[in-house]
Amino acid sequence: MHPAPSVIVFTTLSGLGFGLLFFLGLGMPGATGGVAFVFFALAYALAVGGLLASTFHLGHPERAWKAFTQWRSSWLSREGCAAVAALLIMGLYAIGRIFYAADWQFLGGIGAMLSLTTVFTTSMIYAQLKTIPRWNMALVPVKFLTFALAGGALLAGQETLATWLLLIAGAVALAYWQRGDRAFATAGSDIGSATGLGDRGAVRAFEPPHTGSNYLLREFVHVVGRKHSLKLRVIGVSLAFVLPLLFLLLPVSGLALKHTLAGLAVVSHIAGVFCCRWLFFAEAEHVVGLYYGKR
Amino acid sequence: MTDLPTTTDRKLGLVIDLDTCVGCHACVISCKGWNTENYGAPLSDQDPYGADPSGTFLNRVHSFEVQPAPCSAQPSPTAQLVHFPKSCLHCEDAPCVTVCPTGASYKRVEDGIVLVNESDCIGCGLCAWSCPYGARELDLAEGVMKKCTLCVDRIYNENLPEEDRVPSCVRTCPAGARHFGDLGDPTSDVSKLVAERGGMDLMPEQGTRPVNKYLPPRPKDQLGDIDVLAPLLAPVAEEPKGFLGWLDKALDALPGNSSGGSN
Repeated sequence: MHPAPSVIVFTTLSGLGFGLLFFLGLGMPGATGGVAFVFFALAYALAVGGLLASTFHLGHPERAWKAFTQWRSSWLSREGCAAVAALLIMGLYAIGRIFYAADWQFLGGIGAMLSLTTVFTTSMIYAQLKTIPRWNMALVPVKFLTFALAGGALLAGQETLATWLLLIAGAVALAYWQRGDRAFATAGSDIGSATGLGDRGAVRAFEPPHTGSNYLLREFVHVVGRKHSLKLRVIGVSLAFVLPLLFLLLPVSGLALKHTLAGLAVVSHIAGVFCCRWLFFAEAEHVVGLYYGKR
Repeated sequence: MTDLPTTTDRKLGLVIDLDTCVGCHACVISCKGWNTENYGAPLSDQDPYGADPSGTFLNRVHSFEVQPAPCSAQPSPTAQLVHFPKSCLHCEDAPCVTVCPTGASYKRVEDGIVLVNESDCIGCGLCAWSCPYGARELDLAEGVMKKCTLCVDRIYNENLPEEDRVPSCVRTCPAGARHFGDLGDPTSDVSKLVAERGGMDLMPEQGTRPVNKYLPPRPKDQLGDIDVLAPLLAPVAEEPKGFLGWLDKALDALPGNSSGGSN
């Protein structure tokens, strides 16, 4: 799949933002006033910034509001609805935290659940696609949720939780690659089933329909950069999980140093998640490539 | 609404004969010609006369080579070239319809045609992602999803002569490799054709239940001793005579090995 920057930015930032909102909704940290404002501002900047980025790849962003109508059948529509609901409820909860030093737990709890639901619906946009075997598995929602929770805990300054969640998310990332590398072969689509000619002999794409490129090849048959995928996996996991874990676990004294290390952990984690998310798209193989002999 | 209808009154679709298709691409051109100036947004081209031309097409013709495995009857079978037109299969379980967030993609209850309401399409591309067949292409000029409409503006169009009320690709095909009809009616010509020729689905494992069917190529004729004239055409001179006979012997007498058979 073509790793469109808008979609990578969207899933990475909104995942982090809603992950942070989840912990804020549960009162972690239980900050009020100005400190709460900074936390909520960061969460909203990430979540809303991500959602806005997602509209950049639309052919008609001015009609994006129509995407709220089909929640009964479409995961993309459900995501839009869940995101708006989460942002509204958490907005009310933030008002209580910032201006009244109040902890409206019920509202916060609902907002936290809606935030996680939003991440889940995002992941299902990809996991529902049978055409992309690497995405069509239960590990994809698990991956999106654990990444969001780990990043959210890190941003919320929940050190102990973040340590465990980073470990879990890192393990999920490795499991995703381990399973994903076999997904296309086990899904059972090949050039024989794509053409229906497989039982007659070995099928080979002899001539493409056109000498130039087209939308399908640009969007679904991305191969550039895949040769570096192993290196990028190592870089992604190191930045997203290994380095932040080191920064968190280093036995240092002094608040300033601790904060600096936590800041480094956050920056490293975000860079790593960007790398993993780029791979998520660039490595995904769409079955339509079979018709072009590209699988 | 993006829910799929549980049943459709008819299942209009195409039957494509891979045995007959000669790979001339006339259907590609006639499809582009008709659909760029009729229903919906035109099918744009980008850089059409430049170094890197590309454009939106609703129908494309691939060519595949099939190499049968050797067997005792055919120790060295010849490969077969199969031309393979591909457009929307108007699936009964069309994943492109249910993923649509705006309801722009829909499957019609009356005839099963899958269409895009272009004024509702936001151009997110998710329907194209969900299609295993590459039947949908986002038009770069219009920013909306384009797909085969089964020429919905021809097949019911009473302003056209009756013989023209079929999809443009079907009307154009010079080889008669494309057939149009109701695949939900077992007595229709297309249904009979599918039953007779063993019409097949593409990627059935994707669970899309395509309406369009493909007729597999018939087995190639084998050249054996079937020609009644063959015995009359066999070489009659077993041994060369006359000048050629003398030349053959003279060359054999020269030192060195002769390759190339007995005479």
